[in-house]
Amino acid sequence: MRTAFIKALTACAQADPRITLVTGDLGFGVVTDFARDLPGQYVNAGVAEQNMTGLAAGLAHSGRIVVTYSIANFPTLRALEQIRNDICAPRANVKVVSVGGGFAYGPLGASHHATEDLAVMRALPGMTVIAPNDPEEARQVTAAALALDGPCYLRLGRAGEPAVHQGPVALTLGRALVARQGSDLTLVATGGMLHTAMHVATRLRDIGLSARVLSMHTVRPLDREALLAAARDTSALFTIEEHSVIGGLGSATAEVLLEADERPAVFMRFGIRESDDAAIGSQEFLRARAGLDVDSITNGVVECLERVRHARRQVSRARARGRVRSSGAAAER
Amino acid sequence: MMTREDEGRLTQLCRELRIDVLHMVSRAGSSHIGSNYSMIELLAVLYARFLRVRPLDPTWPERDRFVLSKGHACAALYAVLARQGFFPMRWLDTFCQDGSRLAGHVTAGIPGVEVSTGSLGHGLSIAAGMALAAQRDRAAWRTVCLLSDGECDEGSTWEPALFAAHHRLDALIAIVDYNKIQSLGTVRDVLALEPLADKWRAFGWEVHEVDGHAPREIDATLAELRPTGRPHCVIAHTIKGKGVSFMEGELLWHYRCPRGDELRAAAMELDTAGAA
Repeated sequence: MRTAFIKALTACAQADPRITLVTGDLGFGVVTDFARDLPGQYVNAGVAEQNMTGLAAGLAHSGRIVVTYSIANFPTLRALEQIRNDICAPRANVKVVSVGGGFAYGPLGASHHATEDLAVMRALPGMTVIAPNDPEEARQVTAAALALDGPCYLRLGRAGEPAVHQGPVALTLGRALVARQGSDLTLVATGGMLHTAMHVATRLRDIGLSARVLSMHTVRPLDREALLAAARDTSALFTIEEHSVIGGLGSATAEVLLEADERPAVFMRFGIRESDDAAIGSQEFLRARAGLDVDSITNGVVECLERVRHARRQVSRARARGRVRSSGAAAER
Repeated sequence: MMTREDEGRLTQLCRELRIDVLHMVSRAGSSHIGSNYSMIELLAVLYARFLRVRPLDPTWPERDRFVLSKGHACAALYAVLARQGFFPMRWLDTFCQDGSRLAGHVTAGIPGVEVSTGSLGHGLSIAAGMALAAQRDRAAWRTVCLLSDGECDEGSTWEPALFAAHHRLDALIAIVDYNKIQSLGTVRDVLALEPLADKWRAFGWEVHEVDGHAPREIDATLAELRPTGRPHCVIAHTIKGKGVSFMEGELLWHYRCPRGDELRAAAMELDTAGAA
């Protein structure tokens, strides 16, 4: 995703001299060519994320389209108040970019795990929050974010993520992509989890469950219509994110569903439930520990559906014995 | 060079600004009056003599940019903007009132205000970004950022201090309102800044020290600033609460709202100062 991002950014910057890249002294081998080819559109703020973000606000104030760039939590949490006050409040044209969403920098330790960024960025006024799922999405959202007038947070993976979409996709910010059609349940994935979701869907197919898979590359504004349609058509909805279950895609989806008339009979969030700072290992290892691997999610989906089916069966038995009166619409569904 | 007439007009403007601020703050039930009064002469000289701005065209692209990083002292900024004609004087009566455009910390969207501030340590980075943009565009406008001394406690003040010197942003002028009192005590007792001028020098800035209540001296210093490849830091030695005897040098007036007898006494002192 990092490569797709910098390629797209470079192409856009070559066409539009207003685009300026500000790095917080990170991006070895990534920003190097940009810096060499477009020196007037590049600046290194130093290991100083607050300065990077304030500078971006000042540059944007003077008509530039600014991209701040760093890794993990450095461009977000470290400069959070500058993002809130100096970028979001005036709706400055700044794109905050973080490489290494979730556990991408796994072995480097908890300081380098960006696992609350979506929640925090999503809460900021006027912020568009984007977490692409594969390199092609990363390429398209980069151009789309630059074309959007206003603050954006772009959460990228790292390098070497597999391409998920087969064939061309036409991506629009705020509109989910249907990566796979299905009728029994829906898996909604963001921030690099689409690949896992697709594998889960294949496993579910093998046991007779038809799963729709949505790429929710834009976490804010969330695609309300796609979620409501999924709730209507498939009645069971699962969100998958490499992020805390608090405040990210799962929370955002729950907000939409609970406030709407269309509610799925089954809803569950797959994400990080307990932070496990002691765990050390690769992204794959840490995902599995958090229950975000194909096996855990597949089992989780099946168990959840069985639990609900079991509960329903008990309700109908109890009703048959005359112990429960038939009034629970939710239980009947 | 400033004529005696200019100086007289400036002194008069300063007196009016102090009276404006007194009534704004009193009506609003707010304060930070001491922080406003220490920078009155600085603001007066900037707006009456130094900044190239157009009150009737506040977003004129070639204007100098002014960032008030010590956003809590916005009453004085609003007063000077109103008196320079950026917006009607009657707006000042609404300061901090329900539905007003004028909040208790600097808020963008008001004619003449470039950016919102209020959380300390944000302004200098923004100003450095503006100065970098001007440098790259080969524009002639300058960026002035007015900081408090307490704000120099913030690490985020020193990040752009490094940056601006490294990038030779010599059209950037940081002015420190060095009134020697911060939120809970004197600067010396809370978190000593001395040697402050040496710190800025060590960061690569061209440092100038002035009496922040002497319009002629402030004017001469600003007028003589030349692009030397280094950003400029003007350390203005000031007195918190300057202009009202019982407020001068008193921490209390960072918080206390002048009311009743105190309001009358302050108003009378400022009024008499004009007659003298």
